[in-house]
Amino acid sequence: MSRFFPHPLLSLALTAMWLLLTRFSLGNLLLGAAIALIAGWAMGALHPRRVRLRRWDLLAKLLCIVTWDILKSNATVAWAILTNGRGGKRRSGFVCIPLELRSINGLALLAIILTATPGTAWLEHDQDSGLLLLHVFDLRDGDDWSGLIRNRYEAPLLEIFG
Amino acid sequence: MSHLETVPLWLAIPVGLLLVLGSGLTLLGTIGLVQLKSFYDRLHAPTLGTGWGMAAIVLASILLFSWLEGRPSLHEAVIAVFVMITTPVTMMMLGRAALHRDRKENAPELPEIARRTLGEDTP
Repeated sequence: MSRFFPHPLLSLALTAMWLLLTRFSLGNLLLGAAIALIAGWAMGALHPRRVRLRRWDLLAKLLCIVTWDILKSNATVAWAILTNGRGGKRRSGFVCIPLELRSINGLALLAIILTATPGTAWLEHDQDSGLLLLHVFDLRDGDDWSGLIRNRYEAPLLEIFG
Repeated sequence: MSHLETVPLWLAIPVGLLLVLGSGLTLLGTIGLVQLKSFYDRLHAPTLGTGWGMAAIVLASILLFSWLEGRPSLHEAVIAVFVMITTPVTMMMLGRAALHRDRKENAPELPEIARRTLGEDTP
């Protein structure tokens, strides 16, 4: 099985994309599946590290949390821009967070989450020490960004990607 | 596109609201891009447009065209996925370039925590 489908997730996603971009029909399903299969082999020839998702349920839960958080921080940042930085009280700043997450796919997902959330910008990450330098748009006193990101996003990612 | 008058009110209202929300957020993001003072602050503003700004417009498009074409129109979701996964690339490149420049120039506005290269001298 794994010789024919070296990257089942990628092939599945490509087939789904093919069907989304064309009208659904049996012919398109077969054509899309064939293309996805070849793309899977091509990817296999590059020998990237295999993506293994352990907890699909957690991934779905994380997706819900992130969607809500993005919505919320959109409102916060939009409000801060509208009110000219809460009347000049807004202070931005840098936060350095030690991450336990080492899986490159997990880190990529974390980068997407933090970037898609207005108010946090991923600046730099050191692979050896796991330190992440983050820029926070509205850094209020007493806010625990390190704890927030580690408990809310990193902990589920650690379980999903292992 | 000429069948827009056939769209019922119960659909037109959410579509309109989503469009206003999406374009409003995108507009606010661009205003922030002009208005904010520091480079790092300006990094945050456009993510209003690439986050829910984009998502709301995509949702509106899915709703409207699913009705107009009489079948689920979901290919807009591909746009959303690709915008989501490609934004961090440019963000990181811009952020790291600014950081590199500021470190080289010993910029006074760069705080101590961001000054040293990560991992070299762990605080």
